[in-house]
Amino acid sequence: MNIANLSHYEQAIFVLSALVLYTSFSMLAQSRLFNLINIFAWQGTLLGITAALVAFISNQPHLYISALLTLVLKAWLIPWMLRKQVMRLKLQREIETLATPTLTSLAGVGLVIFSYYIALPIKSLSNSITRNTISESLAIVLLAMLLIITRRQAVSQVVGFMAIENGLFFAALVSTYGMPMIVELGIAFDVLVAAVLFGVFFFEMRSSIDSLDVDQMNRLHEVDKR
Amino acid sequence: MELSLFANWFLAGLQTLLLIALAPLLLGWIRACKAMLHNHSPASLWQPYRDLRKFFRKEVVVADGASWLFRATPYIVLGTMILSAGVVPLVATDLPTAAIADVIVLTSFFALARFFSALAAMDTGTAFGGMGASREMMLSALAEPAMLMAVFTLSMTANTTNLSSTIEYLLQHGLVLRPSFIFAALGLMMVAIAETGRIPIDNPSTHLELTMVHEAMILEYSGRHLGLIEWAHQIKLMVYGVLIANLFIPWGIATTLTPEALGIGVLAIIGKLMILGVVLAIYETTLAKLRLFRAPDYLSFAFLLSLLGMLSHVILEVG
Repeated sequence: MNIANLSHYEQAIFVLSALVLYTSFSMLAQSRLFNLINIFAWQGTLLGITAALVAFISNQPHLYISALLTLVLKAWLIPWMLRKQVMRLKLQREIETLATPTLTSLAGVGLVIFSYYIALPIKSLSNSITRNTISESLAIVLLAMLLIITRRQAVSQVVGFMAIENGLFFAALVSTYGMPMIVELGIAFDVLVAAVLFGVFFFEMRSSIDSLDVDQMNRLHEVDKR
Repeated sequence: MELSLFANWFLAGLQTLLLIALAPLLLGWIRACKAMLHNHSPASLWQPYRDLRKFFRKEVVVADGASWLFRATPYIVLGTMILSAGVVPLVATDLPTAAIADVIVLTSFFALARFFSALAAMDTGTAFGGMGASREMMLSALAEPAMLMAVFTLSMTANTTNLSSTIEYLLQHGLVLRPSFIFAALGLMMVAIAETGRIPIDNPSTHLELTMVHEAMILEYSGRHLGLIEWAHQIKLMVYGVLIANLFIPWGIATTLTPEALGIGVLAIIGKLMILGVVLAIYETTLAKLRLFRAPDYLSFAFLLSLLGMLSHVILEVG
């Protein structure tokens, strides 16, 4: 399949999926919490537009609903909630020190190549136009996991968790043109509930260990007091 | 047949001369755009030409103990830049000079010029020369892989490393939205900014000793030698500009050698370079210069973009 033989709409899907992958990389490199949440919102926006485009070229009207759901939830509501929590925790000026940013991005490139290799057999089974992006969606999931591994800040880890969900949604979108509507709605509300619960969890964590650095949870609070 | 061959070579020479002659004008345009963005009244567009004339009239002062290398370097640098100007398709693609060298040779022309400037900078034995040379070498060692990765992305799409054939291939296919090209274009732009010594990496308009890279290397040069090096630097900026303009927005370049096509080609490249100049001026105005030790981060980001371009070509566009 040569990209030059596809229509411009289909080419636009590839461009958008590449941009989604790029947002994953810029999340890896971003050390400011606010910017991280903004990039996450951009990833949601791009995913929503991609879903609408896939709905358009594949004639699957139910995908418009998931596109709208993605735009509302992941591009607006969840980033807004996260931003509000960051403001209330007074973390908006916090800069996380990334130990080895270059090494992390190179590890990310390694993950992209790995997921390409893994997705090759899946690709050969599918004959949808978007089959080439399956490996990208897998890469987005793995990059989000890498984000969680490299961060110690609880809020960034939650952003990474949400980005995993973005990758899974993307995988479902491009491999089988979306999950059944009921599953998709269920996941969307699960993610929303998770965002609310994480907000409560941030405050709990803050009040018990006085920090959002998850490394401090390795120590036992009572033992250190003595 | 003989005559048309001669005419083709003549046109190729004319194209090279045009690139060399327009190079100071591009710099003047970028400076004018920057001045307007800073709310200054801009200097004349011809100011770089006046500067060059001034340099060529002035006496050459050479440090005691400077070897022949110091004297020869300005000519070598300008010579390699003129050669690379000949390789890049400016107005037309179907010219005999295009077959001489491809994009890898172009990169090595730049490397050759850089090698000799670094040697000449260390030749006089001043502290600044050595410092500038070491900085330049560090930056170029990081920039070159990013540049090669970006042009390889194009080469993999067009199945050739020849610049003219690449442009003709892209023109044949019309407008194709290729994700790899977006990343490669961004990567190549960042490399071009680093390699031509513009802001975030180097400030072209300062002689502050702590920050300068390129200026530190040529601090010992004066008169004609300085003029040659400055001119070579302007040609390098122009070559990068033409490379970016014609590879990523190839429309307008002449594929046949009729007078109308060539006329459109000249107008198209002037228009594209004017837009690129505005973009560069805005970019330089909105960004602050990076600390030298942050420059590797900038260049590794450029490398990452080029690498993503290559990966999205392999993953998305073929197979």
